[in-house]
Order: sequence, then C-alpha cells, then structure tokens
Amino acid sequence: MNKKLRSFNSPTFLAYALIAPAAIYILLIVAWPVLETIRLSFTNSSLAGEDYVGFENYEKMLSSKKFNKIVTRTFVWMFFSVSLKLIIGLIGAILLNANLRGRSMFRVLIMPPWVVPIAIGMLGWLWLYNGYFGIIAGVGMHTGILDGPFGFLAYKQSAFISTIVADVWVGTPMVTVFFLAAMQGVPRDLYEAAYCDGASRWDRFFKITLPQITPVIITMSILSAIWTFNSFEIIWILTEGGPRGATTTLIIDTYKQALGNYKFGRGAARAVVVMILLTLFAGFYLALLARINKKISHG
Amino acid sequence: MDKYTFLEKFFIYSAIFIFMTFILLPFVEMFYASLRPLDHLFRSPYQFYSDDLSFWAYSEMWNTVPMLGRYIFNSFFLASSVAIFTLLFVIPAAYSYARFNFPFKNSSLYILLAINMFSGAVLLIPLYKVLRTFGLLNSYQAMIVPGVAFLIPTSIWLLKSYFEKIPVDLEEAAFVDGASRVQILRHIIAPLSTPGLVVVGIYAFIGAYAQQFLFAITFNQKKEYMPIPSGLYEFIGYQSVKWNEMMAASLVGIAPVLILFIFLQKYIVEGLTAGAVKN
Repeated sequence: MNKKLRSFNSPTFLAYALIAPAAIYILLIVAWPVLETIRLSFTNSSLAGEDYVGFENYEKMLSSKKFNKIVTRTFVWMFFSVSLKLIIGLIGAILLNANLRGRSMFRVLIMPPWVVPIAIGMLGWLWLYNGYFGIIAGVGMHTGILDGPFGFLAYKQSAFISTIVADVWVGTPMVTVFFLAAMQGVPRDLYEAAYCDGASRWDRFFKITLPQITPVIITMSILSAIWTFNSFEIIWILTEGGPRGATTTLIIDTYKQALGNYKFGRGAARAVVVMILLTLFAGFYLALLARINKKISHG
Repeated sequence: MDKYTFLEKFFIYSAIFIFMTFILLPFVEMFYASLRPLDHLFRSPYQFYSDDLSFWAYSEMWNTVPMLGRYIFNSFFLASSVAIFTLLFVIPAAYSYARFNFPFKNSSLYILLAINMFSGAVLLIPLYKVLRTFGLLNSYQAMIVPGVAFLIPTSIWLLKSYFEKIPVDLEEAAFVDGASRVQILRHIIAPLSTPGLVVVGIYAFIGAYAQQFLFAITFNQKKEYMPIPSGLYEFIGYQSVKWNEMMAASLVGIAPVLILFIFLQKYIVEGLTAGAVKN
C-alpha cells in the first residue's frame, strides 16, 4: 500500500470529527441528564428550589412498603409479558415460516401493532376493554362467561392482566419478525440432509431450527425484557397506574413522583434505581452479544 | 422436501387465523366502531350487528376535534423534522464507523447500543430542565430535540452496515486518481448509499411518528403544536367520548405510516433484522 493510500485509510482526526456532532448531541441530551438525575436524587428538588439532603430520598424510598411492592410488581408484570411475547412470537414465527400460500401477506399483516404509534393502538384497546360496550365484555356476556358488564380496567387483577395483554400485543410482532428472520437464515442444506436421512418435520424443528436460532432467542428475550421494563405509554393510557396502584410499575411511579407531584428529587431517586437495573440488563446483553460474536467468528 | 397433508394445512391455517385475530382485532374493531352510529355503539350487551353503517364519523370528527387537521400536520412535520435531523447527525458518524479504525471504536459502538436501552421516561426530569433552560418548552423543538437523540444510536448501526457494503476499493481508486474527499462523497458514496439512506430515513420517520406521546404530553401543553396521539388523548378523559369519531380520527392518523410501511416493509424489516440477527 502506498503512502497516500495509508493516509487515506487512517485519519483518526477526521474519524473523530465526523462522529463529533452525534457524540456531542448524545452527551448533551442523554449523558448529561443521566448525571443530573444522579445529582438531583441527593436533593429535595421541586418547583420551589433545591437543597442537598444526602441519602434521604433513597432511605425513604427503600424503607417504604409501597416502593418494595412496586418493584415486585414490575418484575411480575415483566415476567408474564416477556414470556408471553416470546412464546407467542415463536409460535407465530413457526406458523409464518411454513411454506404455504399467503405467508408473505401474513408477514405484512402482523406488523401494524409494531409500526403504529402505541398511543393510538391503546385508544383502540381502551374501547375493546370498555365494560359496557366493548367487544370483549360483549362476547363474555353473550356466551354467559360474564353475567353483566365488566370493566376490565376497573379492577386490580383484571387491570393487571389487561395491561399485560396490551403490552404483549404491541411487542409480539417485533419478536415474531426477528425469529422469522433467524429461521430463514438457517442454511437450507441442513434441512435437506436431515430430510434425506428421514428426519420428521418435528425432529428437524427440535434438532436443527431450535438450536440454530437459540442465540436470537436469547438476545430477543433480553431486549424484550428491557423494552418491557421501559414500557410507559401502554399502562399510562390504559390505567395511569391504577386502579389503586395495581398497575403502577417503576417507570410509572417515577413519572408520577416527578411530573405528577413535581417532587424532582424523589423522582430522580427512582429514576436512578431504574437506570441501575437497566445498566445491569444492558451489561448482561452486551456481554452475551460479545460471546455470541466470538462463537460465530471462531466458527 | 415433504408436502403438507390436508390436515396439517388445516391446522396451520387455523392457528394463523387465531394469531392474526389477536394482532388485528383492535384495528378491525376500531374500523367497525368508526362506521357505526353512536347510539348503536352505546348498547349493552355489545351488538355484533349494525345495519346503518356509514362514513359519517369521518366527516363529523373534524367538528368534534376542531384541531384535528393541525394535529395531523404536526405529526407529519415532527416526524419529518426528526428524521431529517437524525440523518444529518448520523450520516457522517456512520461513515466514520464504517470506514476508519480509531481508538474506542468498538466500545463507543457498544455504548450506543446501551443508550438504546434507556427510555426517555427515565430522563424526563433533567430533560425538562434542559428544555426549560433553553426556553424550548411548549414548542416543536421540545419534541424534536429529545426525539432525535433516541433515534441516533440505532440509525448509526443501521447506516453503518449499508456503508460497509460499498467496496472501499472504489474510493481508494478515486483517491489515488486525485479525487478529493468531497468529490468522493458526492460522486461515489452518495449515489451508492441512497437506498440505505432511504431506509434509515424511513426508520427514523416511523420511529419518530410512533414516539409522539411521552415527550409530547410532558414537554408541550400548547394545542397548536400537539401531534395526533397527544391531541386525541386529551379527549379520552371527557365524560362522553364519541368513540366512533375518536376511532375514525385515530385510523386517519395512522393511515400515512401504515401505507408508507406496507410499501417499504421489505427493506425496513431486512435492514432492522440484519443488524440484530447477524451483527
């Protein structure tokens, strides 16, 4: 390689200069707010002003029964939502991977919940869940399962389940699409060889497809856990965290403390807990990704 | 390979039907509700059948939601602005990641991935303060500025993989022949990366369209700047929601993204999944 070419390919200054605008933007809008949140969590900041209060916000938060309940609830909500998304997504991907007529049309038809603004989808679900006039209560009443109007979002347990269902509805298309893409990346000759050896369709799924797409299943479960953990709009529009706090997750609680009550300090302490948990998830995800990449590059 | 038997086909199609019902029921029901007169909707138990279906709600909604036209315009304007600004920040960065080796390259790429996992909801308090300091609350910028930040990471990853597909030999040859970097950018990179730019631009547009709620309800109280989701959300709290018109307005509001997506879904899905599946 001549000198001119080498200078073309390794201009570190130029490389940084090109990245700088995006980097500065992210530092200002994401990194600085993270640090500011940490600082605020040690103050009693509100609209009236702020004073340093040490660990008071954290002590109050961690000793409150309500907060501990919220953390548990968040994880239970997340566990059901993520599991359902993965199971339904996997089944959906298997179905749409079958070599049948119409599958390319079905693949487009599963996307809307993912593409459409979540808030608009939730207006639809609000109507579906309507206790008097909604179709779900309607089917229940017509079949005799319900003996009268039933507001799905009005009772603690049913509101909890209803928000999970709506969250699964939003998240499933993406999981399905990723699983489907992974299934199509499995080399065809593996299947053909197995077919020639007389392996049944069932065997081929469990011995070829499933092991081949395992890395994607693992990555998707972590990503989906992170997104579910962050889920705000779905719960906010359906229940605003109610009834009586039954659907208040960490994110909802953070929002309520900070922007509902303007207790910035208390809100920030909650946000810090959220960020610590997110960092753990993210670290786990990145470590896993590095391991998968290593495996691939080593054959 | 073996063909499906009739029974197998029957089971697969039935399962697909159930799956599709779950995914599409809200939209079908929204559309059906938008066609029914209000007094048919407000019957309990639910009536499956209405005989006087009409598109009346689609003309009446403009009176019930007087600013609807403005909300639709705002949604478009906000999503387009966010997409354009995202591209402006992302193009140079993605090119740099695709072409050059430099210290902290990989670690900064992973940091970008990690940023993706932070939702705006956690950072609302300081963001609120930043926007207040710069006097940007209750304006279009209040929604554009944070919107761009959260789309940059994925967009860099997406566009980087497009740039990587352009053979570096082409650029090197031009450089040896005496072309300047600007000329290379204009005559080689720009034309070859157009499909990638379009995909990333549309990804950003759809992403921006979809995220028009949290920032909109938190940072903007002015009706004239509201996008459709927050504009319509205001009406839900009312005692008597005119559900048929609300559903009609919602469907009109999502139609543009849906149409855009259906035409371009192949490219978008390929681009997004390629990044995550193969890495």
